[in-house]
Amino acid sequence: MAAMFFVVTLALYFAATVSFLIYLLWPSEVLANISLGMTATGFAAHTIALGAGMVGVTDISSPGFHEALSFFSWMLILVFLAVEFRHHLHVLGSFIVPLALLSLVSAAALPEAVPTLTPVFGTLWVHVTLSMLGTVGFAVAFVAGVMYLIQDGLLKSKRFNVLYSKLPALDFLDNLNQRSIVTGFPLLTLGIITGALSAEFSRGSYVNWNPEQVWALATWVFYFVVLTGRLTVGWRAKRAAYLTIIGFAGVILTLIGVVLKSHGPVS
Amino acid sequence: MHIVVVGLSHKTAPVEIREKLAIPESRMGEALGRLCSYQGVREGVLLSTCNRVEVYAVVDEIESGYGRIQDFLADAHLSLSSEQLTPHLYWHEGDRALGHLFRVASSLDSMIIGESQILGQIKEAFEVALTNKSTGIILNKVMKKAISVAKRVRTETKISEMAVSVSYAAVELAKKIFSDLTEKTVLLVGAGEMAKLAARHFIASGVRHVRVTTRSPQHAVELANRFGGTAVPFEEFREDMATADIVLVSTGAAHYLVSEDDVQHSVKQRMNRPMFLIDISVPRNIDPAVRHVDNAFLFDIDDLKTRVERNRGERLNEAEKAERMVMDEVGVVRQWLQSLEVTPTIVALRARIDEIKRSEIDKTLGRLAHLSSTERELVEAMASSIVNKLIHNTMVTLKAEVNSSEGAAFVEAARRFFGLGDSSGPNVNGSSSSESKTCHPSHDGIQDAEEVTPRTGSEIPRH
Repeated sequence: MAAMFFVVTLALYFAATVSFLIYLLWPSEVLANISLGMTATGFAAHTIALGAGMVGVTDISSPGFHEALSFFSWMLILVFLAVEFRHHLHVLGSFIVPLALLSLVSAAALPEAVPTLTPVFGTLWVHVTLSMLGTVGFAVAFVAGVMYLIQDGLLKSKRFNVLYSKLPALDFLDNLNQRSIVTGFPLLTLGIITGALSAEFSRGSYVNWNPEQVWALATWVFYFVVLTGRLTVGWRAKRAAYLTIIGFAGVILTLIGVVLKSHGPVS
Repeated sequence: MHIVVVGLSHKTAPVEIREKLAIPESRMGEALGRLCSYQGVREGVLLSTCNRVEVYAVVDEIESGYGRIQDFLADAHLSLSSEQLTPHLYWHEGDRALGHLFRVASSLDSMIIGESQILGQIKEAFEVALTNKSTGIILNKVMKKAISVAKRVRTETKISEMAVSVSYAAVELAKKIFSDLTEKTVLLVGAGEMAKLAARHFIASGVRHVRVTTRSPQHAVELANRFGGTAVPFEEFREDMATADIVLVSTGAAHYLVSEDDVQHSVKQRMNRPMFLIDISVPRNIDPAVRHVDNAFLFDIDDLKTRVERNRGERLNEAEKAERMVMDEVGVVRQWLQSLEVTPTIVALRARIDEIKRSEIDKTLGRLAHLSSTERELVEAMASSIVNKLIHNTMVTLKAEVNSSEGAAFVEAARRFFGLGDSSGPNVNGSSSSESKTCHPSHDGIQDAEEVTPRTGSEIPRH
């Protein structure tokens, strides 16, 4: 049943992505509402798929990357729907839904993995959930950064097109960027700590300086600097947008590293 | 007698020339006196704004009138010769002069079509002329007509929305930078009409903090009071820019007041919080290089105009509609002006008197059927003699006053006393006077003008 709902979710997110991308260039409220409806329905199917998946798995304490990415995608859509509900910001869907789709496609491409770590606090879900929530924060910051740079570019070049009229105010995007990082950073910190604890339990050492751990720490330091810079010396607006885009690229690289480590030639 | 206009505007002259020719308010009286002292110049009104300097006058002869007014303009500024001025000037007479005045008043000739400041400036120019008694029956009527035409254009077309939409566009742009305007600060540099209009729009959209700076500290305080804001010394406004989220610049300066470095410095002080700068000055007062500064967004008047280009077709229609109104009204005034000419008035008076005489004679003789032909001739001769004696003085006075400064007033009076048809005369009078009275109860000057016609009329010898 989980597999069926997973496919339905994939199909709906794909359709929503296409229609959200068309909406980006074509001023139509109807299209936005159709896209939104498909996303919401897809989200419901996704929720069922995740729930059914958890029921089906005998050992729910051992999530693989498939589950993690699927959960990441689900969280992204949840955040989007929450922001949409509050600010009626359809255009955010044109950026977040494709990202969620991408994540879900990656999840589908990955085989179910056997975790290599012994769970801490009885389950590895804590580490994965916290890390993924932190990553969702950075993903939203990334999307806000991309939207910021587009709007900034349109304003600077005085191109008042459909996209310009749909994108929100610059300071809204900058705020969204800040809030996402402020929320995401502590979650990632906790995610790393629980990860280190898991490693300590399973391998006897908190850190064994493998590449993905180094990347994870580098990412953490990077976001720490970005956040401190923003709060103290005014690294906001355009600079913050650039930094969060770079930071998210780092996060993606870490994830790829982790996945390759488990499945690819690295291991 | 001819109505002429000689002047220059933003369309024909650069700001350096306009600035030199501009007549400060304090010297307006003296200038009007000088204008009317030229031979052959009977009436005059001076319109001096930052976008135009124009002389409206009633002159005896067109060519010599043009020359005198040009001399007058050149004399106003010693560093400009009459020849230097020539390439920037335009000259119109008759219908074209009237049409020009009406278009200027209706803001069809403005830099920003539809802006409302020009009408106030025309009223002011007219009042100053009235105070200095430089106008007579013709310009009084023509100026009042210009004001009423402008009002008609404003109420019956959507032309005024164009100016509004430009400042509205500024607010719309700001909303793409700041999602909430209420806590933002607007700094108004200079007191150009468009900038003030934009400032008013920002306040209407929720902006609560307004800072004002102008070259004259007193003016800044006045404006600040009007907007419920704070005045900032002009010398310090560059340092003050960092406190402003929105900077509206509109001064008459011919050079850049705000440089790239100034803005860079402000943005740095603001810890990279975005700044929205609007330059409504012509020529520009903010260095266009400011667009290279990150987190500073500079827009000039052309950018704002582009934003409202969407309804261009509709607005062109409105402008055409306004032009048609102007032409209609020129026709009305032309008719009235024609009626002021002496010869047709004398002919009309003669015809009217003869008509009355004829009908009375016919009536009387019809009852006196027994009269002999000699007696009938006697009756007719008596009637002719009475009417001729009655109108003799009027005829003589009209002919004598033809070339005096009040000739037109005598003609107008004669036409009214003898009920000489011309429907346009009373119509022009009636409509403009009632409008001025209802719309401007506080404008004493304009009400004075209402009395000009009857007062001059009463000076005619009562024989």
